[in-house]
Parts: sequence; C-alpha cells; structure tokens
Amino acid sequence: MSGVPGYGLGKGLAITLKTLVSRSTTQQYPDVAPELPPRSRGVIALREENCTVCMLCARECPDWCIYIDSHKEEVVVPGAARPRQRNVLDRFDIDFSLCMYCGICIEACPFDALFWSPEFEYAEYDIRNLLHDKDRLNEWMATVPAPPAHDPQGEPSKEEANALKKAGAA
Amino acid sequence: MDWLELALRVGAVTVAFLVLPLLVGQTEHKVMAHMQARLGPMYAGAFHGWAQLIADGVKFVQKEDITPRAADGPVFKLAPGVALIPYLLVLLVIPLGPGDLVGQPLDIGLFFALAIVGVGVVAVLMAAWSSANKYSLLGGLRAAAQLMGYELPFVLAAASVAMAAGTLSLPLIVERWEPWWLLWQLPATLVFFIAGLAEIRRPPFDMPIADSELVFGYMTEYTGLRFAFFLLAEYVGIVVISALTATLFLGGWHGPMAESLGWLWMLLKTGAVAFLVIWFRVAWPRLREDQLQRLCWLILVPVALAQLVLTAWVRVAMA
Repeated sequence: MSGVPGYGLGKGLAITLKTLVSRSTTQQYPDVAPELPPRSRGVIALREENCTVCMLCARECPDWCIYIDSHKEEVVVPGAARPRQRNVLDRFDIDFSLCMYCGICIEACPFDALFWSPEFEYAEYDIRNLLHDKDRLNEWMATVPAPPAHDPQGEPSKEEANALKKAGAA
Repeated sequence: MDWLELALRVGAVTVAFLVLPLLVGQTEHKVMAHMQARLGPMYAGAFHGWAQLIADGVKFVQKEDITPRAADGPVFKLAPGVALIPYLLVLLVIPLGPGDLVGQPLDIGLFFALAIVGVGVVAVLMAAWSSANKYSLLGGLRAAAQLMGYELPFVLAAASVAMAAGTLSLPLIVERWEPWWLLWQLPATLVFFIAGLAEIRRPPFDMPIADSELVFGYMTEYTGLRFAFFLLAEYVGIVVISALTATLFLGGWHGPMAESLGWLWMLLKTGAVAFLVIWFRVAWPRLREDQLQRLCWLILVPVALAQLVLTAWVRVAMA
C-alpha cells in the first residue's frame, strides 16, 4: 500500500483532517481550572499542633529547605512528681524556592503534621516570598483533600483491628 | 462610467483587498491550530480570538522600522510595496458575480492578471538584493529560480482554459464555462493550482523562506510595518490564486439556485481553494530545491503542454 505514489501525501492530509474534526486537548488554564490527578503535589501544608519538633523532616530534606526553631516549656501536671517538658514550635519555614517536591518530609513525619495539598498557584514576584512560614503553611491545611478511602477488600487498619479486639474481649 | 461608480468599484476592491486576506489569515490560525490539536488564538476580541490579526497589525505598526546600515535604502523600502500592489491590481479584474459584478471588466483580463502576478519576483529580488544579507540573497535567488520556473506551467495551464473559452476576458471565461470542463480541464486545474502555490511561495513550496536554513529568506531583515506588508502580500496572494483557480477552472459564480447568488458561490469556491492551501501547509513537508525544480520541469510543464494539445483537439473536434 505504501508503495503507491502519493500514499504518504494522502495519509498526511487524512491525519490532519482527522485531528481537525476531533476535539483538541488544550486546557484553557487560567479560565478553566485544571482537573488535577489524585495525590497531586502542589504545596506542603503543616498541621502545627501535630508537630513535636522532632526535626526528622528538616534532617531528611535533601536540599535543606525546612527551617525549624523551638524552645522548651515546662508543663506542670497536677499530681506528677516533676514538671514535664514540652517542645514549642517557634518557627517552621519551608523555602519553596529550594523545595524539589520530593515529599520525603511528609513520608518522614511520624506524627502526621505534614500533608500534600494540590494547590499550585502561589507564584511570587520576589523569590524571598516563596519562604512560607508556619502560619502560611497552616493555611494550606484547608486545601488538603481527605485521605483516599481504604481498599474495601484490604486489611483493616491497626487501630481498627485493635479496637475490634478490645470490643471482642470486653 | 461616472466618477461615483468608479469610486464605488475601487472602494469595493480595496475593501476586499483588506478584508479577505485577514479572513484567510484568521482561518489559517484556527484551522492550523485545530489540525495540530491546539485551539489557536482565543483571547483577542473575546470570542475565539477573532481579532487576533487586528491585534497583530497594531503590534506591527508600533514596532521600530529598521533599515540595515549596509542595505540599499530606497530599494529596500520600496520592495514590500512592490510585493503588495500587484495583487491589489489583480483583484480588480476578477469577476465576483455575473454581469457587471467585477472591479474592472478587461478584455485581456487573464493576460493582465498573469503578467501582474509575475511582478512578484521583482519584489522578492529587490528585497533580497538590497538587504545586504547572505540569507536574504540566498532566499531571493531560490525564489527567483522557483518563480521563473513555475511561471511557465502557470501560464500554460491558464492558456488552456483561455483556449477552451476562446477569450482572455475573465468574466467571459466564467460565462462560457460548463460543468464538464471540470473533467476536460482537470490536468490544467491541478497544474495551475500547484504552480500557483509555488508562485505565492506557500508550503510545500516555501524553499525561498525555509526558516530552518535561511532564517526567513528574503524577509530576514524586515521589521515592523514593512514585514507586515510582506505577510499581507502572502495572504492576498492566497486570495488571488484561489480566486483565479475558482474563476478559471471551477466555474466562478456558476452554481445551483438564482444567478443573483453568484457572488456567494464565487466566495465559497475561493474559500474552499484557500482552505486547501492552508491544509497543504499543515500536512506536507517542504520540497527540496532539486525536487521543486524537478516537479516543475519534468511533471508540470509536460502535463500542461499535453493539456494544451488536448484542449486544442477537443475544440477542433467540436467546431
């Protein structure tokens, strides 16, 4: 078939005509919000009250873009022999001009204080404004989607299994 | 013909000269975009970018008009005008509808149109030589070789239909046209259209511009309004070649329904041919210089000559 003279020319015309009459895939971005796939990585959100200042995220960060400062406070627990000590977060900054969105900090966090948010529209005119402090990171929490539902065929979570066991024992 | 009528005719041709190329250009923007699975301009003028070319025009006007120091000033500045004016004059003799619906009915309209389209090569050589740029010069020489070569099958194909109709007047050719000519003059139609494409240097015959090797050929040194004139000339060229093809070979204003709708048929046919011109640009790659000359001299010229013989034979047989 491809030996026929002009076959290629005809094929070129046919393909362009087919593309002409089929819908184009262009997304009209600023006018129409894009449909992002699930688990899109836009920005990192911080749930401040979950953070224990363990510093794991800052240490695991490959390009050291997380800055954490804290101080210790004494908490007097009534009935306890000694006052307890507690870490209080003073500063938690992520420099998104350095961040490469690897998500290791989120994986590393043992207390569910860091989350992926799909928001991506936080470009700035000044690179220094890409340093998001803990209040700003906290604001992103509102945009964090709910965690995906469990696999209906999958094993129940440890917490659920434990609770079931307890209920069964009682 | 009194002055009012003259002014009206010239005005109408000028309006066509300014509007039709923009329509073709806008269609090209959108058709090319959709053929490449894009949307094309969407913002200018709020509705699907309909005012994109007007915005482009405003932009071109604002740009600095640079004449290179080494360039031959007057020739350099004159070239875009020389490229543009002939096409305006051709539009004058192309009949839009039956009867008197033509800018200027001319007994030798076909001869006039072909002669004036041929002026294009002068503009290209002027631009190329005066730019003092080797890319411009190479592009100009390629264009000269191409235009000189394709002029021959272009004129021969047109001569065939003139012979068939027995006249050089474009309105008369359309009037004497009959549907079965589509078959009789088919080789001439193809030759005329292909040679016409080469005459206006549209892809796949854009070797003189060849942006991947010659920057932008003979237009390399042009900026601002003068560059816009060259671009406008290209799109008027599409209109002219499409209109000439429709007039000579597709029966111009002939069509079903009332004769008063002739102008619509003419515009539709012209538009259809212009769509083909755009389509070819999207679908096909550029011809190499040697392939281009081979196509002209080894295929188009012999076919055009054979068509002439066929036309003469049928004419004599019918007489």
